[in-house]
Amino acid sequence: MKALLKYREVWLLAAIAVLIGLISMRFPGFAAPGNVRQVFNDTSILMILALGQMVVILTRSIDLSMAANLCFTGMVVAMLNAAHPAIPIPLLIVIALLVGLVLGAISGLLVWRLNIPSIVVTLGTLTIYRGATFVISGGAWVNADQMSPDFIGLQRAAFLGIPVLSWIALLVIALFFLVMTRTALGRSIYAIGVNPTASVYAGIDVGRTKFIVFCISGMIGGLCGYLWISRYVIASVEVANGYELNIIAACVIGGISIAGGIGSVGGAVLGALFLGIISNALPVINISPFWQMAISGSAIILAVVLNARGERRQGRIILKKAEAA
Amino acid sequence: MTDTPAPRHIPNRLDKPFTSAIFSWEALLVVVAVAIFAINSFASPYFLDAWSLSDLTFNFTEKALIALAMALLIISGEIDLSVAAIIALASTMMGMAVQAGAGTPALVAIGIVVGLGCGAFNGLLVTRLGLPSIVVTIGTMSLFRGVAFIILGDQAYKGYPASFAFFGQGYVWWVVSFELTLFLVAAVVYWFLLHRTSFGRRVFAIGNNPVAAQFSGVRVGRIKFILFCLTGLMAGIASVLITSRLGSTRPSIAQGYELEVITMVVLGGVSILGGAGSILGVVLAAFIMGLVTFGLGLLNVPGIVMSIFIGLLLIIVIALPILWRRVRRERFA
Repeated sequence: MKALLKYREVWLLAAIAVLIGLISMRFPGFAAPGNVRQVFNDTSILMILALGQMVVILTRSIDLSMAANLCFTGMVVAMLNAAHPAIPIPLLIVIALLVGLVLGAISGLLVWRLNIPSIVVTLGTLTIYRGATFVISGGAWVNADQMSPDFIGLQRAAFLGIPVLSWIALLVIALFFLVMTRTALGRSIYAIGVNPTASVYAGIDVGRTKFIVFCISGMIGGLCGYLWISRYVIASVEVANGYELNIIAACVIGGISIAGGIGSVGGAVLGALFLGIISNALPVINISPFWQMAISGSAIILAVVLNARGERRQGRIILKKAEAA
Repeated sequence: MTDTPAPRHIPNRLDKPFTSAIFSWEALLVVVAVAIFAINSFASPYFLDAWSLSDLTFNFTEKALIALAMALLIISGEIDLSVAAIIALASTMMGMAVQAGAGTPALVAIGIVVGLGCGAFNGLLVTRLGLPSIVVTIGTMSLFRGVAFIILGDQAYKGYPASFAFFGQGYVWWVVSFELTLFLVAAVVYWFLLHRTSFGRRVFAIGNNPVAAQFSGVRVGRIKFILFCLTGLMAGIASVLITSRLGSTRPSIAQGYELEVITMVVLGGVSILGGAGSILGVVLAAFIMGLVTFGLGLLNVPGIVMSIFIGLLLIIVIALPILWRRVRRERFA
């Protein structure tokens, strides 16, 4: 039991349980299985994005361009679908992944080859990608009636009673879990975050790994481009404006240290879920949606304060051990 | 200290040969600024006009005012992403005060005090609790703007007094606006503070090595706290200007300004890792960004496309010196 309490994820899970409990007191239907499934589905895109951001943050970098990447790629696939409805959706998803990969690789190359801090690079690519979305679309929107039924319908189709969107999220979570805990790449990503210098001596190519990490976040951004557009059935320049900070917020609430090296797949998923539950619950318990921003802001600050406490305590224990030795 | 002989003159930095001055960041920025200015005057016949050049300054003075304080903050190794949200909150408070019948002096005071208070809140969280500023200010960014949304919802505050319009729309002399004058005065003050006082030296020391600075007797926490307060203060002043210029308050006011302010600071040659930078660079970068957006505006380029140029400018101006150094090193190696 004590060992369990050490895990941040357990605390987060408890916080989510309390949150659901409190909401259920005002609105008993909230914890019903059907509604929980709905909340999970609503949060799927944020969860996937948070996982992509997590691998970047773990290496002491940050990707501010994810939402702009999502917006650009979403516009590309929406325009392709509107112009050539015959293109099968799986091929469109592959295109989305590739476009996202290229956009992520551009940021990654600048970080790798020129050693420019990632926050500066992605601040630049963020504005460029959003501007590029305007250029390719000419400022026009792609509306629901221009999209093919398959384009919109795929993620809504149910498989074993669960929408495909949720399945995609589960698949991505499983994939990230495998990569982070069972592969050399996952270990190197953690190692770079904990100590980049030591990683170099351990034979890890830090620059190249950072490049790979940006490719991953780019592909995730691209995938979510398709998912976002087909979910909200509108593609415009304004799509996911400012969402990059929501993604980072989900990571921070999930206990991923902005200083790198600390964080887990479970944390990122739960962090996203926490934000998703809040945004789903507010209308249900009759609180104006205008409260959402302030509440998630407070949640972020609270999460950082708690995380910092946890990290500091760990540090002290190590020191005590060293003194005893 | 009493037994030291005659005080020795310690220069700010070692004397540099003339060539390195030519290749300095500020020199590069001047070249870029002159080039953009020249291109603009060729591209549009309306550009070289005193009044259009005056209009140009409205594009960047509000953000540049914040960039001055942000430069100091980034040099010290911290960052504040909540400045745009502070503008929104301060503007909302001013709007509430107007509904309650406050006059112009009270409005200005409220804007500045709210900004200062928000900055102090950030500073307390970062210095007292030892939290990373990038995360704290992402949080307070949602919090401050969130409070503005709670108060205003989808409404707007209007009805600011006529005398209040001077700050954002008034001219001090001929085409020189109040905003521009304020910015230039603030630039001189911040230049003096950073480059001519011991406070400024301490800011650099903290950015280069906070632990060493602490052991050298620099009160790291207190100075960082002051820098957060200054950034909040400048955001409060910017809020007064922008509210006065627009004459109304919505909770979405100044959305996305934080990234533009940081772009300005980084373009100005301030190291995002802390420890290096100059006010002159930031002022030049502010003018460059103003020139780019205004010039493209005259050519009817939409704002969102301008952002491509700003983004490219940011990456190219930072990448070029790195590439240049690499090419030279390979040639002489």
